Amino acid sequence: MAELNTGGKAQPRVDLTPMVDLAFLLITFFMLTTTLAKPHAMDVAMPDKDKENKDDNLELADNRTMTVLLGANNKISYYMGQLEKPLEGPTTVDYGKNGIRPVLLKKLKDVQAATGKGLIVVLRPSDHSSYRNLVDIMDEMKITNVQQYMIGDISDPEVEQLKKDGIY
Amino acid sequence: MPKIKVKRASTTIDMTAMCDVSFLLLTFFILTATARQPEPLQVDTPASTVQIKVPDTDLGTITVGDDGKVFFGVTGQNIRMRMLERMSEKYSIGFSQKEKERFSLMEGFGVPIGNLKQIIAMDNSERNKKGLQPGIPTDSVGNNPSELHDWIIAARYATKEIDNKEMRVAIKGDAKEQYPSIKKVIDILQGQKVNKFSLVTNLRSEDY
Repeated sequence: MAELNTGGKAQPRVDLTPMVDLAFLLITFFMLTTTLAKPHAMDVAMPDKDKENKDDNLELADNRTMTVLLGANNKISYYMGQLEKPLEGPTTVDYGKNGIRPVLLKKLKDVQAATGKGLIVVLRPSDHSSYRNLVDIMDEMKITNVQQYMIGDISDPEVEQLKKDGIY
Repeated sequence: MPKIKVKRASTTIDMTAMCDVSFLLLTFFILTATARQPEPLQVDTPASTVQIKVPDTDLGTITVGDDGKVFFGVTGQNIRMRMLERMSEKYSIGFSQKEKERFSLMEGFGVPIGNLKQIIAMDNSERNKKGLQPGIPTDSVGNNPSELHDWIIAARYATKEIDNKEMRVAIKGDAKEQYPSIKKVIDILQGQKVNKFSLVTNLRSEDY
């Protein structure tokens, strides 16, 4: 049988380049939205609240303890030891890399050198601090790699101290 | 002068294979992507440098924003349905099967349980109107624990029953929210011995 060959007629071809372009654009979009849209989580472990033995508290060494009070207007007040007879402070600083961070890094080093143990930071947010402040200071703990820190309740003398410093 | 014939090679590349691959990938990403649900309470979460993502399943999210309004939501439709059943037993408010199904499709809610029926009856766009839902009560009434406390307990039991896992709790607070309203939620969590939870944050973009 004779083959039907009408000569050099090329096969019909479609240019797929724009289609591939579009497909890759969409791939990029979906890839980025699936991974970037997910919010991040900061894990918090609070000390157990034992309602039966309220006085069952552990004494902390004064020279290892740094108390950080979160005041209003994005200000922090910190002191070492106890408020009645602080070893240092209370001093008012800002958040961020020019505020609390150098203080924390210095204290971490000093306490390690003086006692051979790590620094303990007690965070006490006041009623006038915002949620952003809490997240910021916890973030600071992560950045400076403070191993032991906790969130506690602020006491009245500490509120008075904040009022005196004008950040309550 | 005789012309010199230069045989030109074609510069077109066969795109078929590339097209196949890219569409395969595209299909994969479209199917794995989850559509963003509208939230009844929009919050602007604070930024942090933490890189850990929140889990997708067995998660209860407590949203705090707009001057201390508290909303609650759980992942998983079965868990939501079971949670509602437990709550309806506890507060002796009956819900029909249809209402339960509608409730299981809701991402989150923020009304006292007495008003829940009205919210369930609304459609999605109406329900998520700003300022419509007043928030779940967080104050305890007499000796009874607060409604939020009961919702969290019900969600934890439901997660345990259905998935046999501990529910993880995340607090999603607005950056400008004052600390006392967050503290209230933390106290409720600690009241049922949930001492570990997560704070939902954004990724910090600026140099911090």
